[in-house]
Order: sequence, then structure tokens, then C-alpha cells
Amino acid sequence: MTRPDAVALAEAAATWRGAYVHIPFCARLCPYCDFAVVPGQLDQMDRYIEAVVREVGMEPEWAPLDTVFFGGGTPSRVPADRLARVCDALSNRFGFASDVEVTIEANPEDVDAAYARQVAAAGIARVSLGAQSFDDGVLAALGRVHRAVDTVRAVDALRSAGIASISIDLIFGHPVETAAVWSATLDEAVAAGVDHVSTYALTVERGTELSRQIADGAPAPDEDTQADRWSLADARLAQAGFIRYEVSNRAKVGHVSRHNLATWGRAEYVAFGLGAHGFRAGVRRRNVRRLDAYLEAIEANRRPEAGRETVAGWQAECERVMLGLRRAAGVRAGRAGTALLASDEGRRLTGAGVLVRRGDRLVVERPLLTDAAVRAVLWLPES
Amino acid sequence: MSRIRNFSIIAHIDHGKSTLADRLMERTGAVTEREMRDQLLDSMDLERERGITIKAQSVRLTHRAGDGSDYTLNLIDTPGHVDFSYEVSRSLAACEGAILLVDAAQGVQAQTLANAYLAVEAGLEIIPVINKIDLPAAEPERVADEIVGILGGDPAAVIRVSAKTGEGIDELLDRIVADIPPPTGRADAPLRALVFDSYFDTYRGVVCSVRVVDGALVTDEQLLFMATRERHPANELGVITPRAKSIDRLGVGEVGFLITGVKEIDRIRVGDTVTTAHDPADVPLPGYAEPKPMVFSGLFPSDGDDFERLREALDKLQLNDASLVWEPETSRALGFGFRVGFLGLLHMEIVRERLEREYDLDLVATAPSVAYRVTSTDGEVTDIRSPQDLPAPANIEQLEEPYVRAMIITPSEYVGAVMELAQARRGEMAHMQYLSPERVELIYQIPLAEVVFDFFDTLKSRTRGYASLDYEPSDYRVSDLVRVDILLAGQSVDAFSTITHRDKAYTYGKAMVERLRELIPRQLFDVPIQAAIGSRIISRETVKARRKDVLAKCYGGDISRKRKLLERQKEGKRRMKMVGSVEVPQEAFIAALRVDGDDR
Repeated sequence: MTRPDAVALAEAAATWRGAYVHIPFCARLCPYCDFAVVPGQLDQMDRYIEAVVREVGMEPEWAPLDTVFFGGGTPSRVPADRLARVCDALSNRFGFASDVEVTIEANPEDVDAAYARQVAAAGIARVSLGAQSFDDGVLAALGRVHRAVDTVRAVDALRSAGIASISIDLIFGHPVETAAVWSATLDEAVAAGVDHVSTYALTVERGTELSRQIADGAPAPDEDTQADRWSLADARLAQAGFIRYEVSNRAKVGHVSRHNLATWGRAEYVAFGLGAHGFRAGVRRRNVRRLDAYLEAIEANRRPEAGRETVAGWQAECERVMLGLRRAAGVRAGRAGTALLASDEGRRLTGAGVLVRRGDRLVVERPLLTDAAVRAVLWLPES
Repeated sequence: MSRIRNFSIIAHIDHGKSTLADRLMERTGAVTEREMRDQLLDSMDLERERGITIKAQSVRLTHRAGDGSDYTLNLIDTPGHVDFSYEVSRSLAACEGAILLVDAAQGVQAQTLANAYLAVEAGLEIIPVINKIDLPAAEPERVADEIVGILGGDPAAVIRVSAKTGEGIDELLDRIVADIPPPTGRADAPLRALVFDSYFDTYRGVVCSVRVVDGALVTDEQLLFMATRERHPANELGVITPRAKSIDRLGVGEVGFLITGVKEIDRIRVGDTVTTAHDPADVPLPGYAEPKPMVFSGLFPSDGDDFERLREALDKLQLNDASLVWEPETSRALGFGFRVGFLGLLHMEIVRERLEREYDLDLVATAPSVAYRVTSTDGEVTDIRSPQDLPAPANIEQLEEPYVRAMIITPSEYVGAVMELAQARRGEMAHMQYLSPERVELIYQIPLAEVVFDFFDTLKSRTRGYASLDYEPSDYRVSDLVRVDILLAGQSVDAFSTITHRDKAYTYGKAMVERLRELIPRQLFDVPIQAAIGSRIISRETVKARRKDVLAKCYGGDISRKRKLLERQKEGKRRMKMVGSVEVPQEAFIAALRVDGDDR
């Protein structure tokens, strides 16, 4: 169901300006994670935060930001006053829109009443908790240090501190997870009273501990099982008043993540910190992933850039469609979308009920097959 | 003429034919030990590697016999395998005698027998020889009994030699002179010379090996090739000693080479009779036949871009192999390729290997098939070489398939296993005889289609490698044959269609369908895979629709990485072939074609 206001929001998102700040510190490495992270090394934290602040100063000035996102790693490993210092730097450099959305990712075990209050005091109104599951067996299998009860306490603490929008991430489809366990996790998520739920299928990334375990004979996640789990989540969360606005993301009314919508709306964003990716003026740039290289570059007054790519013309048009198709609101068909519908692959996708044209928009009706449509966009000859 | 002896050596692979030829050349002074290249007659790499002689050559030797006279010995090489039985028969037709060479340890093998029968049929004088008597495992007495069991005669008359050490070679040379009759022929009659071999030389064009039967072949004369009706001049005549040596004339009974300037090998036919244009013979020599392919297989380049290279490679191979025939074939599954006809299984293997090795091609071969004979309801008879060409069942009056006479020699302990295999392959036993208490010869009438499909490998594995096999075409017989089609989402996939006996259709269909289910990736919709005879489905599996095809998330806004990942997946899809609306990776087709024999 595409709601008119969802379409308007999705289109507006393309004009938002975002900032992404990467906080790489983690208590330990999760076996499935391949982000730029540094376990331990908290002694480097002050130096790192100073470096990020300096990097903000290196970015050309811009208009006020609509969204700021602290991702990780584990931003909650960093005391909230340090995050506030980065926020101030961003605000001073670019300004904040009056309705700016500032989010941090936090691990449940880090969030107690005191920390929640610090976060609120820092002007951060949205917290995304890495809950992952409400089953301690699954949490252990995922290599997480917290327990289900920590998540419940964290949500309560954040609420009490006046955090306006609370989100949780859930990971589904680990081989130890049964349908009953997943169903119970969904019930707990609803009962916790959060505003936004992201559900991610466990993915085996190359070079991770998880991929090594599987290579050594541990069971791998099963695609069909994950499809079942996704469908269960879709039904259960919809029933509880969460609206799916993207393949993996659902929110109660008024709690759609701007950061998320901006990404899939192909909005521009500046990015700071280790391994961070930015997109501004048609250029995608990425930072180095090694902490010492990052710090050395900044301290030598250089941007710690590892590479960049200019996306323009037809490629940019295709990218707009590829990204937009992940949203429930779909994407304005435009040149690439029209070409897609006219292609052999596009006809197969419409024939299989994956892709549908609705007015001037293109919508993926079977979100779990989104990438089949996205790949088809890559096939398109320029038109 | 009375001092000429023309003979061949008949032997199983590795029984020492080439070593014996070397020794004969050395002993007669044709080559010295120093200058002798090992195994002089086998010139192609592949021949040497497999121990097989593919193209015959002849060598002229001079031997001073016990009577003090010099004799001319023409050693005519023959291909060792009955795939080339026509070539063998033409080589034998150029001889008056044959040495039957048998390994002292291994004894008589099926191939030895098959060629020995050809020699007997050709009326040749046969000199049985046991080789490798120097081996510790040699059992010359037992082997002599086996030979006598087949050919008759006296075991004591069987010559024992070691081609390696030279033991017995002098006795053999004397026996060649004493036992093999000199050629007969009329010197005053019009020229008749048999072309018993030809090969392509990059510099000289086609070189023919000829044996003069009547009259004389003289340099510069205008010649008439009686089967092709082509006229060419005798540009050059010569003999191989083993160095090529030009001469002006080849008389009755003599053997040598003839160069006419022709560049295309298929314009000179093995078995043709050469006569003079100004005074032609009335009748050609008997026995000429067109080369007739027995086994057919689709050859496709794995990489479609190599199609032209494959065509060029086949053209080049044909320069030296007039029996190689092909026509373009298009497969929905495999793209553009050729349906190639071979004289037999070994020929097929050699050609495929040469294409891959010498021309650096990566090939996909469809399962070998045979030529089926179709009689349509309106009485028309056609031979079909590809399952695709089979008419609709309603239009078929009867279907016949080629049978072969298969000769199998096995240690007696494996007789049961061999009989079981032959029966499973629809063989009918024609004959069984004990060559010795330990070794048995079995002769079966068996459909060629069953032999071409992995029969030899299965025979070897069931007899621990001890059994040997040879076969020769016998006749066509009416069979209850059906075509099994394999359908993907209702569309027939040509490369997998096969003609098989009705009793075996289900096994084939089921195996193929199961295999494809494993190999075909899941699609956006369910893909039924069916085996069918006409419109009747005999087996079915389903590749269930893919249910999840989406990346969980986009890490830290890394759109470039996501796009690269999808582009890699897209590259994978580029190598897909479309069958109707089903995407199938080329590798799946290739893997599915590798069916083992027990699936039949």
C-alpha cells in the first residue's frame, strides 16, 4: 500500500542534507560484522574525537543539516559529552535545520539511566539500539555481550530520559533461531514500546569470523527460512502499527528515520570518521579504514580519503532508481524506470509480480526480491 | 618382382609394433643405431603418447637373405585400431603378408584378433610372432597356444622375439622372405595402383602412399583417379628408406609415394585406383568405399567467441583426415557449434583431444550418438545423425539402429561380469570360446549406441582393466527406440534430447531431470523440469522459485560497494543462457552432459 504522504516524504528526502559520523570503537568484535571497527583502544578516543572535529572543519561549508547520524562501531562507547562536541562542530560548520534528526546507535548494555540523560542533554533525540534479539540463546550465538533484559532496561531508561524516538535493530535468520524464537522476539519488540524497528537478515560477509565458521562446517543461514522470518515480521509488526517504508525498516507514524529515507532517496550527505562514506556534488568518497592512517592524515591536515568516484549522467539516473526501489513508496519511474519496464528483464519482473507501475511510480511489490529488479537496472543500456 | 615382399605388422596397442619396426630398419641397415630416432614410424605427438599409429606410412628395406640375394621388404604401417578398419583394410590390401605381433605377457587382445581377422579375410600369409620374450612375466608357451587356438598351425612355428634386445629378429627376416609370397601382377597391363594412405604435407600438398598392382607408375605421366574421376600429373614419385628418396618409376608389386600437387586431402581418396589417363584400366581394384562416420557428437566451444576458431581448427584437421565430416549445428543451450561425424569412439577421442590440445580450444561435447535409420510412413528411408532430426512418432513406420560385432577378450574369472554388462547393454551373445583355460573370447551383437556410451570404461572397471574390446559394424536392426526430450518450463532443451531404447528412457530421463534440478539456479518463478517421450511426461522435478534476493542493508551509506556487488552478480548472469524465460548458466549444461554410463 503506497500512502500519498509516504510518497511525498520519500520525494522530499532527496533534498535533505545529512551528516554521518563513524565511531569505530567496540567492546569486542561481533562475528558477523565487517564494518570499520576497532575493538578496545578506548585510550585513542579523545584523539579520535578531536580528529573528527578537525575533519568537519575540512569539509566545505554547506546549508543546514536535516539529519545527523552517529553510526559504528558503537557510538555508545563514547561518553555523550564527546558526541555533543562533534554535534557542536557540525552545527557550527553547517548549521542545523529546525527539525533536525540526530541519531546515535547504542548497545543496550551501555545504556543506563545516567547515560540516557547525558544523551538527551547532548541534544540527541533519536537512539537506535542494537538489540538484535530478545532471545539470550540467539544473542550468544551472535556473539553479543548483552542479554534481552538489558534491552528492555535500556528502552525504559531512554524513555524516562525523554528520548523522543527509539529504534531497535533485530537480526533474523541465524541457524540457531527457530520460528517460535523469532516470533517471541517480535512480540517482545512490540511490548518494549519502541517507535521504529529495523529487521536485518543475518548476512555472511567475506572475511568475517562467521564466514570462517561456516567454511569450517557450521550451518549457514538459509535463504528460504529468512524469507519466512521476514514475512512473519512483516505481518506481526504491521499488526502492531508499524509501517514498512523500506525493505528492512518499519516505523510508527511520525517515526520514519530521516537518515534512512535520505540514503534511499539519493540525498547528499557528508561523512566523517574511520571508513565513512560521503556523497556530495555527484562524488562518492570514502575514508581510510585503518585508525592510525586516519589519525595521521587528519593530524597532518590532510583529508583521510581512500578513494572517490564520480557518479553522473545515466549512471546517476540508474542509481536513483536502484536506491529508490527499496522503499515502499517506490520511485518516480523517470528515464531509467521507463527503460526498465520496457526491457526483457523488466517484463519478466512485472510478469512475476515483482515490479509494478503505479501512476508515474515504479514499486517493488515483493520486497524480498528487490535486488532482482535492482540488477536489472544495471543491465539497462543508456536511453 | 620375385624379390619383393610386402607386409604389415598387426598388433595391439603397446605390444611393440613400433619397436619392432625400428629394429627391422636397424637390422637391415636402413638406419644406424645412432641416427635412429626412437619409434620412427609414429610421427605425431599424440600417436607417440597414446602408443597408437594413426596414419600409415611405408618403409622400403633391403635384406640380404640366406641365399645371398637382396630382397626388397616394404613394411606397410597400419592404423592399430578398428575405428580405422577401412584404412586398415586398404593397407592390408597392399600386402601379401602380415606379422601378427603378440605381447608375451599380455597374450592375444581383442584388437589383435579384429585385425587378424581382417588379414585372414584379405588372404594374407600370417606370420605369428611373440614379442617381449625378455620380460620376466613373459609366457611365450601359453601365448603360442592362444595364437594357434585362433589361427591353427604348430606352436613351435611361432617365432619368439624381443624387439627391444634384437633377439629373434634375424629369424623373423628370413621367415618374411621364405613365407610371404612375392607380389603377382601383369607388367604389360594398363597401370593399376592402389592408394592405401594419404597425408597432408605443408610444403608438398597431399602425399599418397601407393602400391602398384599392374603396369608401372612413371614420373610426369598424366594420371586418372578412377573413383573421383580426377586427373592429376605424377609430379613426383619416391620411396621412404626411411628418408624420402625420389625415383622415376614404380613397377609391379612396388610400394612408394606419389605427389600430384593436389592440396585438398578429400580430393584423393584412400582405396582409389590410380591408372594412366592415356591408357586407362577397364576396372578399378576392388574394395573402394567412401569413409563412413559411425559416431556423431555435437562439438561446441565453451566460449561462443571461439566458434570461428573451432571451424578453422576442423578445417586444418581435415587436411590430414578425410574421414572427418561435420556440419554446423545450432543449439539453444550451447550456441553455435558443429555436429561432427567420426569413424568410431577412438577417432572421436583423438579428434577432440587434438582440437583441445593443438588448437587450444575448450570444447563442450554432447553425448555421442549414432546414425539411426528412419523409414517414414510414406516409405522414405533416411539416416539421421541428431536426435533433433527424428520425425514425429506418427510419421515413423520403423526405426533401425546400427549394431556392431563386439569382440571382447577377458580373463575367465570375469566372464560373468562381462556377460552381465553386455546383456544390460542389449547385447546378444553370438559366440564364446576359451582361448586358453584362463582367457575367453566373447562375441556379441550389440547396438553401437550402447557401445559408444561409456561401454569400454565400464568394461575396464568391471574386469580390473584386463578385458579388451574391439568392434566392427555389422548391420541395422529394427529397435523399439524413442526420443527422450528434456523440457525446462515447457521448452525442450535440444542438447539433452537423446534417442534411446524404450526400456531405458525412464532411467535416462529421471537421471537428467534430477541432475538439472541440482544445477539450475532458482528463478523468479517455479521452473518445472520434465523428461518426455513425445507429449508424455515420464519424469518431473521442480526448481522452486527464489524467495529472497535482497541485501540486508547498506553499510554506512556505502552505495559504491553495493553497486559493485550487484555488478559482480550481473557479470555472473551475463554467462547465462536463456531457455524460454529460464536463465541457465552454461556450466549447468556442461555439467549435466557429463552423465555416467550407469544412468543409461
